[in-house]
Amino acid sequence: MQNFDNISEFQLDAFREIGTIGAGNGATALSQLMNRKIGMTVPAIKILPFSKVPEEVGGPEIPVTGIITTVEGPAPCNILFLFPINSARFLVDKLLGSDDIVNENISDMGKSALSELVNIVTGAYLNSLASFTKLQFTPSVPALAIDMAGAILDTVLAQIGIAGDHALLLQTVFTETEENVTGHFFLLPEAGSLEKILQSIGVKG
Amino acid sequence: MAKIVKIGMADLNVATPPDVLQTCGLGSCVGVCLWDNVTKVGGMAHVMLPSSGQGKSGNDAKFADTAIPWLIDEMRKLGADRLRLTAKIAGGAQMFSFYSENDIMKIGDRNVEAVKTVLAQFKIRITAQDTGGNYGRTIEFYPESNKLYIRTINLGEKFV
Repeated sequence: MQNFDNISEFQLDAFREIGTIGAGNGATALSQLMNRKIGMTVPAIKILPFSKVPEEVGGPEIPVTGIITTVEGPAPCNILFLFPINSARFLVDKLLGSDDIVNENISDMGKSALSELVNIVTGAYLNSLASFTKLQFTPSVPALAIDMAGAILDTVLAQIGIAGDHALLLQTVFTETEENVTGHFFLLPEAGSLEKILQSIGVKG
Repeated sequence: MAKIVKIGMADLNVATPPDVLQTCGLGSCVGVCLWDNVTKVGGMAHVMLPSSGQGKSGNDAKFADTAIPWLIDEMRKLGADRLRLTAKIAGGAQMFSFYSENDIMKIGDRNVEAVKTVLAQFKIRITAQDTGGNYGRTIEFYPESNKLYIRTINLGEKFV
């Protein structure tokens, strides 16, 4: 059973620090891609029971664009990017033009562009994580769904659910201040991965 | 006044009329609703995974094979008879479509199969089913009438 009871404050701080550097790289990549100023919050680490996770993004019924990347390697993780629908539309508009938003729906090309954007940000994040830890992180092709936040989260949480009842989230919010575009970035380590990452940088309990 | 009993992820609860059981945002998870037509005791579980297997997680509401027996027990405490129970199930979608070599994409189907297997073991008949697809569902179960209300974002709403 993995409920993260045995993780110390010191270990969480170390993990948060790695996350901050990774998110910084991600924000830089996003900024270059969009040619805009991108801000980010200092990553928050939260250990929550599954039923409370949807509240982090405004409740289980809120429609969102969710893009998930599964990360294989010695410390497997899941990375989930959640955009409010309006933010997703804005990004598609900036990347491709408004032809790819018809009746408020995002075209397949638009979805593909969003996935690619997430791929680049996630890649920048993982590169920094890999160079810090000397561990290998191999991301999958991102998969996208536009639906209720709860429905997207439960698929992601099922992946880690076999080992425990709590999710450890490393959450960063990326913002584009002029247009109020936000994206929630979640890193969810699978069972045992957090320990591996901490060990690799020499942090003990 | 009818009360709405909210059920979270990997959670279960029971209710009697006029109260309503609700779970929001089912993706690959399966909502299992059980009902006794005489006492009108209703129960709902938000099942996340097929089987508890070897690993003991501490939360029996999470797995099909442990949640359903537990739900039946809770309903019996309110006077339900196991032999009269019928079931309605919803959820088990595949939210993401282009995964390869990863079990996560098939979790919805596996959840539905596991729920059906466990219900069959208890000889509980399924009277309505709305499973699969690639979209999320919010469900409400009315023990008063045995109606199951299903709401989606793009495909409207219905009763089964």
